[in-house]
Amino acid sequence: MNTVHDTPGRSDDPAAPLLARAQTLVTDLSLSSVHAWKTQHPDGLIVGYMPIYIPRPLLEALGCLPVSLFGGGDQVDIIKGDSYFQSYICHIPRSTIELLQSHRYDVLDAVLFPSICDVIRNLSGMWKLLHPQQLAEYVDLPQNFSPDIGGRFYRLEMQRIASALTSRGARPLTDDALREACARENVRRAAIRDMDAIRARQPWRIAASEAYLIIRAGGVLDTVEHTELIRAFTAAVAERKPRIYDNVRVIVVGSFCEQPPIDLIRTLEKAGCDILDDDFQLGLRLIEGDIDTSPNQDPLSALAAAFIDHGAATASRYIADCEKGAALVHKVRTLGADGVIFAAASFCDPALLDQPMLEAALDRADIPYTAFKFSENTGQFQVIREQAGAFSDSVKLWGKVA
Amino acid sequence: MNLQQTEPSITRKDDSQEKQKRMIAGHFDRLACAQETGQKVVYTFVPGNLTELIGALGMLPVLPEINALQSGMRGKSAGYIAEAEKAGHSEDVCTYVKCDIGMLKSGNIGPTGTRLPPPDLLLLSYTGCFTFLKWFELLREEYKCPVVMLHVPYQPDGHITDEMRTYVVNQLRTEVIPTMERIAGRTLDEDVLKQWLDRSRLAEDDLVAVWESARHRPSPIDGYFGGVYYIGPIFSAFRGTDAAVDYYRSLRLEIEERIARGEGPMTPDGPATRERYRLVIEGPPNWTSFHDFWRMFSREGATVVASTYTRVGGLYDTGFRHDSARPLESLAEYCLGCYTNLGLPSRIALLERYIRDYQADGFIINSVKSCNSFSAGQLLILRELERRTGVPGGFIESDLVDPRYFGKANIENRLQSYLQMLDANLQRRSA
Repeated sequence: MNTVHDTPGRSDDPAAPLLARAQTLVTDLSLSSVHAWKTQHPDGLIVGYMPIYIPRPLLEALGCLPVSLFGGGDQVDIIKGDSYFQSYICHIPRSTIELLQSHRYDVLDAVLFPSICDVIRNLSGMWKLLHPQQLAEYVDLPQNFSPDIGGRFYRLEMQRIASALTSRGARPLTDDALREACARENVRRAAIRDMDAIRARQPWRIAASEAYLIIRAGGVLDTVEHTELIRAFTAAVAERKPRIYDNVRVIVVGSFCEQPPIDLIRTLEKAGCDILDDDFQLGLRLIEGDIDTSPNQDPLSALAAAFIDHGAATASRYIADCEKGAALVHKVRTLGADGVIFAAASFCDPALLDQPMLEAALDRADIPYTAFKFSENTGQFQVIREQAGAFSDSVKLWGKVA
Repeated sequence: MNLQQTEPSITRKDDSQEKQKRMIAGHFDRLACAQETGQKVVYTFVPGNLTELIGALGMLPVLPEINALQSGMRGKSAGYIAEAEKAGHSEDVCTYVKCDIGMLKSGNIGPTGTRLPPPDLLLLSYTGCFTFLKWFELLREEYKCPVVMLHVPYQPDGHITDEMRTYVVNQLRTEVIPTMERIAGRTLDEDVLKQWLDRSRLAEDDLVAVWESARHRPSPIDGYFGGVYYIGPIFSAFRGTDAAVDYYRSLRLEIEERIARGEGPMTPDGPATRERYRLVIEGPPNWTSFHDFWRMFSREGATVVASTYTRVGGLYDTGFRHDSARPLESLAEYCLGCYTNLGLPSRIALLERYIRDYQADGFIINSVKSCNSFSAGQLLILRELERRTGVPGGFIESDLVDPRYFGKANIENRLQSYLQMLDANLQRRSA
């Protein structure tokens, strides 16, 4: 468990300018970079999408810029948003509505709502009613994973989305454009995999809070630009000098939609946890492996197959044949993690309903875990720091939670 | 009026109410001896249930939501929920799920006091509610039994596309039916299935006539509190059976007789004596204080002329019927058409239609903590409906089966304020 750390973000840190840029992109709720893209691409559409996953190559092949929407985090005072939701609904739709009603999303030409839970699903209908001038489409990701049934349905669903966007001015879909977009996505995925591998092997080089910023910045960049950012960051951290810390190696699970405040991630790090892996930005990592871009392959079918055959196990995906939690246990073993931290957003049905099954799988595998809940605007971290610190100490002392 | 004590459930019941109670008790008796009789047991959900398929293959359905609501009405849900929360289930999630898990961990004694058989199959009809998916993943962990998934696409724009229908039919044909046949140990006889579907259609015709009777003044039915009894057989184990055909025929006759006599609906305190307000209600009822909740309306002369909860297991009054000429297609359309599988704009349009068609004076949204499928967006529904119809809406909050979230005094105060406002509106209008 003895690991070594530099001090990320120091002024002499070679990665500091890249992190600063990523931080600006992530926290810029006015979407300046998106406006800039629109100016440079007046014929292109801006397509927002809610978590978790949207087939971004499809959108790029249509000449659109996909923009991930993660609500307002801890940066927005919720006034209008709260008047649309009861107290027992999670936080991300509130800040999303707040941003919508305060015209921060006016730059969007269309918004996609992938099937993840009932709240995001119903939010699609609310958007249609509140902003009828924007195209708002629900995207039904299949829960049947037979290529001939679920794969076929999903292919048709993507065709439907493409037609809807084309009718709003997007470029018509061609096989070549889609194949090229998938190839670009594969390159980005390779860059992310490389970065994740460094982080898991040498967490002192890349803190989870940094990886988070670098990946989330891709939510407002096109694939090529994002890949360049990841590659530049990976190269920069290679120059970091090690320092010794005695941290535990953990995986964080449950934050795939509503995002924790960045300070919460940093709090876990300060509490002695090296976060080797997480699902904060699952959307850009959801396809495990490459999309088939061979010239003899129908690219839309290949994109569907990537989701059907290589979609990551997550709470909003029905697990048909495998044991629940098997993927998490496998990840813990593969990465050599010491334990798991469940960090679910309050009132997040998928994460909270999934959690007992994942906990049971960890119990069977004798893997320690702890759990807490958060909201995107959580501002008090002391209790979480104490809990994570106690967990970290307990794992270090006894190898499991006492 | 402030009800501080829980009052006796019901003083007098309709014949139909007694009859449906006997039917449901009989079903639980059959379930109790399923292991002796060798009948296979399929757990499934109310929205998108495939009762005709289950019945045509000689199997018996168990509907966990029904068990949960029955546990709520019998005062057992609090203990079951506590049991599930002790086992690690979050306080934030659906209480139907926790009630079901708690019941299982407490011996799986069903609502009538007999032990429920474990499932031979979990038929995961994933229709209109994300929680269903997790619920049966959780039950699979407990029962270690086969699961078959039927993914029913959402209707965001209020119409069924060919792609949606084909997707569901393909799943039925290649995965759901073969799995059910394997469990049942027999091949599906399509002629038998068609007979089940024909009987479903007959019952559905009569049920729609019952719903539409609320156009009369006074309404002979309460389409929410009374309505939940009416939907009991068709939403649970009986759609497609002779017993359901018989029940809905006699229910329709009972209602027609009431219309002829100019009578209002039955209430927990006996026949309604006045109809002061005609209301539409959106959202499920609270089950732990169901009769107290009902009395808050009935004692004020408020009759519910239409509700959306009574459409979660099938939306027949917009024209859908099971169709033996297109068996799998009509089963697919049934699943696709359940109320909570409709996008918000369609839900608002339906409520607007109910308010106009049934000449409602107002509408109430009962927002339940447990059910995001219903609840997310209801405050926008409230505004939109008021804007479109000019009819005032009221908003109350409770839960399905967690008594901790039924604040009786709060709900009653809010409801009475709303009805006073409605009264003033009605007086202004008649002046």
